[in-house]
Amino acid sequence: MKSGRTILGAFAGGIALAVAFGVASAGEMAPGDIKIEDNMVAMSVSGADGNAEEGAAAFKNRGLGNCLACHVNSAMSKELFQGNIGPSLDGVAERYKPEELRAIVVNSKAVFGDETVMPGFYSLDVGKHVREDLVGKTILTSQQVEDIVAYLTTLK
Amino acid sequence: MKRTVIAAAMALGALAMSAGWANADPVDDELEIDGVKMITRAKAPEGHPFDEVYSGWLFREADTRAMEADSIENPAMTAVDDGEAMWNKVEGTAGKSCASCHGNASESMKDVGAHFPKWDASTNKPINVELQINKCRTEQMGAEALPFDKGGQQELTTYIKYQSLGTPVSIDLSQGEMQKWWDQGKELYYTRTGQLNLSCASCHEVGMGKMIRADHLSQGQVNGFPLYRLKSGLTSVHNRFRGCIRDTRAEMPKAFSDELMALEVYVTWRGTGLSVETPAVRH
Repeated sequence: MKSGRTILGAFAGGIALAVAFGVASAGEMAPGDIKIEDNMVAMSVSGADGNAEEGAAAFKNRGLGNCLACHVNSAMSKELFQGNIGPSLDGVAERYKPEELRAIVVNSKAVFGDETVMPGFYSLDVGKHVREDLVGKTILTSQQVEDIVAYLTTLK
Repeated sequence: MKRTVIAAAMALGALAMSAGWANADPVDDELEIDGVKMITRAKAPEGHPFDEVYSGWLFREADTRAMEADSIENPAMTAVDDGEAMWNKVEGTAGKSCASCHGNASESMKDVGAHFPKWDASTNKPINVELQINKCRTEQMGAEALPFDKGGQQELTTYIKYQSLGTPVSIDLSQGEMQKWWDQGKELYYTRTGQLNLSCASCHEVGMGKMIRADHLSQGQVNGFPLYRLKSGLTSVHNRFRGCIRDTRAEMPKAFSDELMALEVYVTWRGTGLSVETPAVRH
């Protein structure tokens, strides 16, 4: 029993370590390995399913997705100050398949072209002079991408 | 036919309202400060991406616009007073103030600020008001150059530019190598930076008139600098350039670096014809 708990503790510690150092979990795709074909990313980039509730939180968090900076989402009408640089996301799940939404969140420029203003949230194809502590890092983690995609698929 | 057009316009209006685009465009309003009419809309110079250039004043809320229109209410007018005190303050080994050589600023500096940056042959670079102050201090007054945004640099710059209130911005690109710096500034304007991969143009050209959260995106004109920002007080143009670049999650170029001087040349040109509004009031 005691040793069981220790093993469990070590296991949990290992997960915490992996998260803290961004070690790829089984099935996670590195940004550079993702293929966007026909405007779609077919498989989960984290290797796991997305959680729509977590996705809603990351969607509105100003330090993560901050999606409301540029998009209206009537489903979050309690959130003030929704931007309109990009299109409204009302009914976005009816306009795009989940695989297409994933591609847009991962790297919208691969879908809409280089001119789009939307950042690539899981891409290292970024601008010049990236802040030193962010070099080689994506805006969102692979799981946050999946969570946000799961949330977007609820917007019908 | 006419009825169709009206119906379409109404439908578009309803769409705009429902999507919260009610204030997506610059307002139809006129700015007058102490009896001086400001030019807030001007025909763009040749080669400009817009047909018409707009002062950022047209993109602000009514209360912010009113604050600039009333010089009693404008919080940055104290900076004009502080700048005047500095103008008259003797500093340095030569025992001089600005006034020792330039006399009354309302005469000697009238309209001067509207035509900076200028070409400076001695350094073979463009020079702005802040650096011209430093040049006078080190070469004429025997005083230390003022560090960026410190020692009254913003206040004195504000005071000098205030002497051009209402004068249309125009810079002379035929001087020295100004055109080359303009070219470099233009390239920087369209260069995407940082993790968010945005250029100046992403927000102030492509996104102009739209909302980014609570902020109504203007053309990013600099005719009102130094200005009073409601969120950060008196703000210089290089401070604002750096803030915008920081917000793309990029490393910031140094104030008065070649990059930011080139950008100042180019962005100032983009506001050709707009009145100097220093000190403006913005979001």
